[in-house]
Amino acid sequence: MSEGENMRRAVALEGARERRVRADGVELSVAELGDPVQPTVVLLHGYPDSKEVWSEVAVRLAEHYHVVLYDVRGHGGSTAPRPLRGGFTLEKLTDDFLAVVDAVSPDRPVHLVGHDWGSVQGWEFVTVERTEGRIASFTSMSGPSLDHFGHWIKQSVKRPTPRRIGRLLGQGARSWYVYLLHTPVLPELAWRGPLGKQWPGLLQRSEKLPPGRYTAPSLPTDAAHGAWLYRDNVRARLSKPRDDAYAHVPVQLITPLGDTFLSEHLNDELELWAAQLTRRTVSARHWLPLTRPDQLAAWITEFVTATESGRTAPVATGKYADRFGGQLVLVTGAAGGIGRATAFAFAEAGARVVAVDRDTEGAARTAELARLIGAPEAWAETVDVCDEQAMEKLAAKVATEYGVVDVLVNNAGIGLSGSFLDTTPEDWRKVLDVNLWGVIHGCRLFGKQMAERGQGGHIVNTASAAAYLPSRTLPAYSTSKAAVLMLSECLRAELAGRDIGVSAICPGIVNTNITSTARFVGVDAEEEKRRQQRTARLYGLRNYPPEKVADAVLRAVVRNQAVVPVTAEARGGRLMSRFTPRALRALARLEPPL
Amino acid sequence: MTSAVKGERATELERFRQVQTLAYECAEAVAAQLKPGVTEREAARMQRRWLRERGVQDWFHLPFAWFGDRTAFVNFRIPLQFFPTDRRLEPGMPFILDMAPIYKGYTADIGYSGCLGPSPLHDKLMADLEAHRDLILREVRERRPLREIYADVDRLMVRQGYANRHRAYPFGVIAHKVDRVKERRWSPHLFGFGTQSLKGLAADALHGHRDGWSPLWSPYRFSDHPPRAGLWAVEPHLGFRGTGAKFEEILVVTDSKDHEESAFWLDDDLPHVRRWAEEKCR
Repeated sequence: MSEGENMRRAVALEGARERRVRADGVELSVAELGDPVQPTVVLLHGYPDSKEVWSEVAVRLAEHYHVVLYDVRGHGGSTAPRPLRGGFTLEKLTDDFLAVVDAVSPDRPVHLVGHDWGSVQGWEFVTVERTEGRIASFTSMSGPSLDHFGHWIKQSVKRPTPRRIGRLLGQGARSWYVYLLHTPVLPELAWRGPLGKQWPGLLQRSEKLPPGRYTAPSLPTDAAHGAWLYRDNVRARLSKPRDDAYAHVPVQLITPLGDTFLSEHLNDELELWAAQLTRRTVSARHWLPLTRPDQLAAWITEFVTATESGRTAPVATGKYADRFGGQLVLVTGAAGGIGRATAFAFAEAGARVVAVDRDTEGAARTAELARLIGAPEAWAETVDVCDEQAMEKLAAKVATEYGVVDVLVNNAGIGLSGSFLDTTPEDWRKVLDVNLWGVIHGCRLFGKQMAERGQGGHIVNTASAAAYLPSRTLPAYSTSKAAVLMLSECLRAELAGRDIGVSAICPGIVNTNITSTARFVGVDAEEEKRRQQRTARLYGLRNYPPEKVADAVLRAVVRNQAVVPVTAEARGGRLMSRFTPRALRALARLEPPL
Repeated sequence: MTSAVKGERATELERFRQVQTLAYECAEAVAAQLKPGVTEREAARMQRRWLRERGVQDWFHLPFAWFGDRTAFVNFRIPLQFFPTDRRLEPGMPFILDMAPIYKGYTADIGYSGCLGPSPLHDKLMADLEAHRDLILREVRERRPLREIYADVDRLMVRQGYANRHRAYPFGVIAHKVDRVKERRWSPHLFGFGTQSLKGLAADALHGHRDGWSPLWSPYRFSDHPPRAGLWAVEPHLGFRGTGAKFEEILVVTDSKDHEESAFWLDDDLPHVRRWAEEKCR
């Protein structure tokens, strides 16, 4: 990304129409984007940000909606109340919100999106009576309702179980900054002094953001004023939470799994407070509007569109649907076996799927069935993964037509069995071309797109248990898979800084048709066919379904696991390779009974 | 094609066809009455009552009903799981009704798949079953070993993206022989199977064992023989992520040298066949 673009990532809200709205004792700075005829989406910033924290999300949403942002009183271009103490209560913030909404969308309810303190405010707005009919939906991220939080604490204290106490202490530790903000003067001094200077750098490093400006020049003053958000509300609400804090609109809850300030368990029983709740999770830290604008824009769009049309947002029913809903997943070798099962598992989780295989018919079939079981969209592409140019074309096509891939599964592979001395250079080339070069091309092209976008992602490479189990019968295959394993580990190290996870899956003996298409070198055609059938039979007897490997793939992405041996033999082999390698070497000399 | 099969044989086949038609009528009548909240047990009872009222007294096996992911035999380990449970039908759920009534000494064994409300996935599975009906008939006429045909059906299912669920049936059978059964006043059943039919099957198995064939069409070595003349209840069963679909009907295999007469489906006027024909017209 060029330096100029980096600057634009910064704070400016390009093309925004600015206006000022008077509220009780303050003047609020309001910005609007997009067509005012469209439904209005109000984006509310958190602490210590100003409305510009939404700039990346706002421009994306402005393509479909009338987007409104405003600086909370005392922040950015808005004026601060006098005196500050008592000027930031949630009641007053509700007044501000209603004043803005009356100005920008007087006769139509708005869709509210809040991050951090914006979300804390949002919960207040959607649970008090006087905003009823003014809000159509609420998307909450990284900011709980103080009332719900208060009840959560009360529950934990009243009926303590080890788990509840653990969670309470955990959240108590995460809230360290809240206590600090309650001390007089010190926070103000820190923000106006060293912390204010260090903050942009801290933010960039902790959120793994590419270089750029992410904070407004008014940050020190904003942060100093914002301390009163905590002082005016937190103690009062946590000690006496409202009992009627029920949301009167559909709520979409987006939970970043790596949030350092909020425990995800805070939301465990949120269904009690929000009857229509859609849950989403995302692998990121606290500042989602900066780090995941594409994902947020997609989820908000989906939710707002669904609410506008009177439906509940479609959420797939499969495992991890909260995590993969709407994401773009590309799977190679998707015409059968593990690749196909993986594509289906992602489809059930509501992901958009690109099924890639050199078998056109098989890939088309996978895409067709994927659509039937929950993928909002699915496409088939015919490409041989070892064809460099074809892969480049595919990468360009996917980027322009479907977008940047969120999860890449390099799964295509072929089998080859036979002693080293029987393996010809041509055999070697074929195996390495597909099993290794296919993965290299995939990682290189799609990994690059992910890294350039800078919004995280995940790469899964299907290695094999053969990657760490030496054997006299699989020299070429094992070598190619060992290379894939090492490639994955190296790439994992390199991409960690860009929030892209890399996992290597080592399935073991799985009932797929890799056996019936595997080459057996050093024997005649008849013997090769016999061995293919015999191995297929053995694999069939083992009968480990590819669906379970697919589950392991999804789990590996969710948990960002590095190396995942799947079957019992793969796990056992992995243990042996680490603790009893000599025993493995002895086993490697045995000729399997084929 | 069946017109060529003359005389007594033709009358006999006609009787088999009548009871198969009766069974499919029962399936359609019961399916039309299914609504949300009905349990598998109730659906099975409805089938039993409907057929009893029309003169059925004995069974090859008692009627089954499977709802939801049980249509795909998810986690079926022991044969007892085949029996109807208290699973309730919900909108959008697939269901399978499976019954094998014996009427005046003639047996039918049918399977009927449906769905409560529209389901594009279920439609797809049903549409894809047609290829299996064609494949089985073609390869039986070619006199390929039953085990090989089984493997080809299996391969086609995998290519279609599905799992083979008849693998979960006892002995993994895709088909079994059916025959006439002697009418007895008292016809007890054992684990859901009529004792008279079990006796017939056991006798077939015994003879077959001596002559190198089996009344069960399975993936195992004992099915490694060309199709044996007689009536076979064929039931390919697709499973896909919690949705299952099957049909079951009688395939007639004869000793005729004529290609078409050597094997044919007993009846082509069945709900699933009509459904495919309608889809083509659309």
